[in-house]
Amino acid sequence: MNIDSIKNGYVIDHIKAGRAMRIYELLHLNDLDCQVAIITNAKSKKTGTKDIIKIDRDIPINLDALGFIDHNTTVNIVKNDKIVEKKKLSLPEKIVNLATCSNPRCITSSEKTLDQIFILTDKENEVYRCKYCEMSLKKKQ
Amino acid sequence: MKNLIDIKDLSVEEIDDLIEVAKDIIANPEKYSHKCDNKILATLFFEPSTRTRLSFESAMLRLGGKVLGFSEASSSSVSKGETVSDTIRIVGCYSDIIAMRHPKEGAPLVASFKSVVPIINAGDGGHNHPTQTLTDLLTIKCEKNRLDNLTIGLCGDLKFGRTVHSLISAMSRYKGIKFVLISPDELKLPEYVKKDVLDKNNIEYCETKNIEEYIGDLDILYMTRVQKERFFNEEDYIRLKDYYILNKDKLKNAKEDLCILHPLPRVNEISVDVDDDPRACYFKQANYGRYIRMALILKMLEVK
Ligand SMILES: [Zn+2]
Repeated sequence: MNIDSIKNGYVIDHIKAGRAMRIYELLHLNDLDCQVAIITNAKSKKTGTKDIIKIDRDIPINLDALGFIDHNTTVNIVKNDKIVEKKKLSLPEKIVNLATCSNPRCITSSEKTLDQIFILTDKENEVYRCKYCEMSLKKKQ
Repeated sequence: MKNLIDIKDLSVEEIDDLIEVAKDIIANPEKYSHKCDNKILATLFFEPSTRTRLSFESAMLRLGGKVLGFSEASSSSVSKGETVSDTIRIVGCYSDIIAMRHPKEGAPLVASFKSVVPIINAGDGGHNHPTQTLTDLLTIKCEKNRLDNLTIGLCGDLKFGRTVHSLISAMSRYKGIKFVLISPDELKLPEYVKKDVLDKNNIEYCETKNIEEYIGDLDILYMTRVQKERFFNEEDYIRLKDYYILNKDKLKNAKEDLCILHPLPRVNEISVDVDDDPRACYFKQANYGRYIRMALILKMLEVK
């Protein structure tokens, strides 16, 4: 596969070095049968190194999940070999089933059918709190 | 108001309104004794709290209503693994309003999603207990005749003490409030409460380990119990539980009109020699709890 050429799909760029695999898992890219390229520790003018993911198919992408993991990531949409749109991400106000509450006293610990919902309560410090028990989410780096 | 899950669900106006109704009930109890004829309150206590449950039940009975419910999970279908949502949907068929206590944090919120009748959170783990905060506010209003311009000392477990966190967030909405935070290092008020509530509302506060340091400045002294179940290790609990014991001697520099509160039950944070001091308001506080719950039930059932 020539990793530079995506016909119709996405180039997820400026991923913080080391986070590509988490994104790969959260977007369930392992379920796809198209070509997916993961480039780690690519050279970056801004940050030194970065990760890049290229997906050779026009699939729906959960931008909230991406924004939650790394909102500095850019999503380039490719159509007919050309980048037609660059999407800037932001921290989502609410995330659903992207993280689990670590509070053993939380209702979600005993009722597993509940959605795991976190609300952004402090944008500046990127603090998310569980909708049910308000415990803050410890973000993985 | 459909449900009361968190004290923050209530605006200052709604709280003031509840307090006014409660004061009117205190002044004219007979006027209210049939307001809830034919209404049923269900008290669903998935963990025992006799005091809170009796306060709710007494409130409903004094309004002429009836009560049903259970006082611990082992006597209910929950012990057979039923979800909160299912239990609440069933009980909604048998009652007009539900007061619910649950050991899991967030359970009353989950209950409110599926309930057809109003839900009152009567305590969820170490999380919320809004009717305790309403009780505290009514007590302060009745004893000090105001909710603004007060210096409030909070003493004991400020780290895990949910009543303290709710009281801080409720009182921070009034003007001229200052807090004196009295605790050992291990039980200091969490940083996020200082940042999200105190700093955000420009509330003046200071921290001390010594209960006597600022006692002469206080209008309110709110004592709390150090709760065993919040500790992972027995040694820490034993070391910290007797850190503060309020007695007559420590009150010698306190104001004449200081108001001493405690959410009860106490263990030994307040010595019995304080009980007869006119500044001890914690038993009155329990009585105010019933009145504010009466006002709340009326409001939630939209009884005029
Ligand atoms: Zn939680």
